[in-house]
Amino acid sequence: MVLFLVAVCGTCVVLARDPLRQALMASLYGLVLGLLFFVFQAPDVALSQTVVGAVALPLMILLALARVRWEEERRK
Amino acid sequence: MNARLRLRVFAVAGTALFAALVWGFVGLPDFGSFDGAYGQLLNRLSVPDRASTDVVTTVNFDFREFDTLGEEFILFAAVVGVASLLRTLRGEHVATPDDDVPGRRVPETSLVVGVTGTLLVAPTVLIGIYVVLHGHQTPGGGFQGGVILATGLLLTYLTADYMTMRRVGPTALIEAAEGAGAAGFVLIAIGGLLFAGSFFENFLPIETAGQLISAGTIPLGNLAVGLAVTGGFAFMLSEFLQQTLIKRRREVR
Repeated sequence: MVLFLVAVCGTCVVLARDPLRQALMASLYGLVLGLLFFVFQAPDVALSQTVVGAVALPLMILLALARVRWEEERRK
Repeated sequence: MNARLRLRVFAVAGTALFAALVWGFVGLPDFGSFDGAYGQLLNRLSVPDRASTDVVTTVNFDFREFDTLGEEFILFAAVVGVASLLRTLRGEHVATPDDDVPGRRVPETSLVVGVTGTLLVAPTVLIGIYVVLHGHQTPGGGFQGGVILATGLLLTYLTADYMTMRRVGPTALIEAAEGAGAAGFVLIAIGGLLFAGSFFENFLPIETAGQLISAGTIPLGNLAVGLAVTGGFAFMLSEFLQQTLIKRRREVR
């Protein structure tokens, strides 16, 4: 079940073309991956994965995207 | 190269890759089967030898602590890199005084985000501290707890605004945490060199397994790494936010 979810989410991340959606999808993917690690009895990795994969990484991407967008608008 | 040719090349390469994957997967050992000598050894040694009930942390902060030092300084190097890269940009930005005026109108935080975030800040920080301090007993440790603590800082930004976040976590405090954590970890290593004869050797009594103060230097190492990781992530967070948000306020005007 969790494995299936991971496969679906991973595919969705690849298929999402808009970077913004991709970042949000990557966040969900990180969460599901954390769940998978937890189910497979690796709680240490699950903790890191949940916080880094679901929060920190998407956040950095979102902030970078916001910055890029601002730059584009200024140039117009 | 046109589309059809490309598809044909992909079909050949894809089939080959798929076949290789299937061939590899068939030969894998069953799920959960493990016959590594080191794993058995570590499982057996962790509690009687180090009074630490979390084997993963015992490995990270005792048996191979030197590697953790390297990992710790990867993060440190990343933080230094972010700092030096973004600092240049900030210098350029001083030339356009239109941007950075304080007191601009900030988009209102929605009530739901505000309430949920406010309720979450304290528990998040508490969980972070718990995970750092109990690294030698329950899953978690300095890295995990440190990132959770930094997330707590992020929550203050989400619920309030950037200025509030700066007040809760001023740059000086964040930098001090990062520096003190990184230095503290090295000091633990040198302590081992001085008091026990080799780098990172445990030099404190290991006490009884299950107590908060036990497992020798492992909790100390967790604390140092926790500080450094909190500082590092919080620093990158506030640098990135500073790059994006202060300037973005201009379009909200």
